[in-house]
Amino acid sequence: MAPALIFIGVFLLFPFVWVFIISFTNRTLTGLGAVSPSFVGLQNYLRLFDLQRWMRPGEFGNALWNTLLFVVGSAVLGQVPLGLGMALVFHRCRRALREAVFTLAIVAWILPGVTVAFTWIAFLDRDFGTLNAILTSLGLGAVDWYFDYPLLAIILFNIWRGTAFSMLLFSAALGTIPPSYWETSEVVGATGWQRFRDVIFPLIRPHVLTALILVTLWTFNVFTPYLITGGGPLFRSETVSMYTYRVAFRFLEFGRGATAAVIIMVINLILAVGYLVSLKRQAVYQ
Amino acid sequence: MRRLKSLFIHGGRSLLAILLAAFFLLPLFWLLTAPFNPRATLRAAIPSTPTLENFRAVFANRFAVRALLMNSPILAGGAMFGVTIIATLAAYALSRMRIPGHNVLVYVLILFSSVVTGTAAMVPIFLLLYSLRLIDTHIGVILVSIGGLLPTGIFLIRGFVDSVPRSYEESAIVSGATTWQMFRHVVAPVVRPGMMVVAVWAFVQAWGDFLIPMILIRSPDKMPAPVAVYSFYTEGGTPILTVVSAYSLLYTLPVAALYLFVNWRYGFRFFGGIKR
Repeated sequence: MAPALIFIGVFLLFPFVWVFIISFTNRTLTGLGAVSPSFVGLQNYLRLFDLQRWMRPGEFGNALWNTLLFVVGSAVLGQVPLGLGMALVFHRCRRALREAVFTLAIVAWILPGVTVAFTWIAFLDRDFGTLNAILTSLGLGAVDWYFDYPLLAIILFNIWRGTAFSMLLFSAALGTIPPSYWETSEVVGATGWQRFRDVIFPLIRPHVLTALILVTLWTFNVFTPYLITGGGPLFRSETVSMYTYRVAFRFLEFGRGATAAVIIMVINLILAVGYLVSLKRQAVYQ
Repeated sequence: MRRLKSLFIHGGRSLLAILLAAFFLLPLFWLLTAPFNPRATLRAAIPSTPTLENFRAVFANRFAVRALLMNSPILAGGAMFGVTIIATLAAYALSRMRIPGHNVLVYVLILFSSVVTGTAAMVPIFLLLYSLRLIDTHIGVILVSIGGLLPTGIFLIRGFVDSVPRSYEESAIVSGATTWQMFRHVVAPVVRPGMMVVAVWAFVQAWGDFLIPMILIRSPDKMPAPVAVYSFYTEGGTPILTVVSAYSLLYTLPVAALYLFVNWRYGFRFFGGIKR
């Protein structure tokens, strides 16, 4: 127990506290700010929330808005419904069919980030990409994904990347429903939709909530899309984690980077608390 | 009529399965073809004259080989051993010490680890290692990885530890075993499958991690494979695709092999852990 507490203390709790302190200083990697960082009060925060330049490309507001679209598109509308749908459709079908589809989804989930970044650069390339080759052969025009729809491109990528988690979670949850429930609903002549709405969904609702909040939390922090678009073109696909990385490790302004990190942590913390509260509420009802 | 309907449903399901399989497989097509193509571009095509020349080019680059065969295994292996051992001991203590509310504690730690890891923690982590003089060392990267992976590791292994009957331990103590002997000879054999799961999971996580080594490692001869792959670029900044694709494939193989192993041995699915 003691070693675990030391590790968690040093590498999780300590950074959590320290990042707050750094966010009130003008600490940098090199120059005067590195030797003697000084306390600058709320200056970093005011700079971050400077409403006049807030939404301009490369500013924090722009990154926050992109992140919102990215999370809603790829997690709430993408991974969770798709994962649920896949678990439902293949729940009671031939094992081989299900194994084949599930295996492919899991492979996309476990491959290293750098590898999948390269394959997606190739997949969506304007001139040579596989997707455009398919679209062209179907008589549809080629699309310049990374220039015209960079945010949509990384949303698609993230759905592809992460659906397996929701799928496995829901698949395991459906496995806990007694088969007699399905048979009874068949006998009384319920349609597929009625069965889902009145029998299955109420039983797996806690898992839907779990999946939504965990996937949202992870999607918020994901960094792999940086390897595909680099946040570009012109910051149109820059999320807050890319913003933090750019300010802290490209410009080496740790004070400003820490300020953005604090905002990210506060949003994450709100999501996490929401998750715990909803867990608690379920525990009360059962 | 009923038969027609069932035929319809089966046909629809198969069509859906094909579409989904295509969605998940097509982006990987390039990774499977380009490494064997002597003139690989971003176009995914089955090469007319398949070759292993690209792999030879990879192995001619000693710096990249070192990253793949030495640095990456050191980082992932170190994280794997650290996480497995520490998480097992911690889960055992959590399960036996009867700390009030220890379920909530583990959940809070997991959520906390996803709040704090990632880019948000990189600034303080960097400064922490800077003051400990651990920047540009393997041990620094390993320690950071262990810290980030531990909470989930404890969560994964806890179910296995809880399944050890307490009477086993009591009888060991009665027959005069020390605490360490009891842990080694009674508890460890029972939780070994759980330790395997955590070890494989931690290895895959650390092997694929890109952000931590990119920030913490400076010198080229210490870089792991996911950072080193960016050395296969021309001076103009475009990747040399023949070598990049071959290197990516080699770098991916251990993860694929581990997946196959786990799937064959245990079946790849969630265990009891999802019970909220």
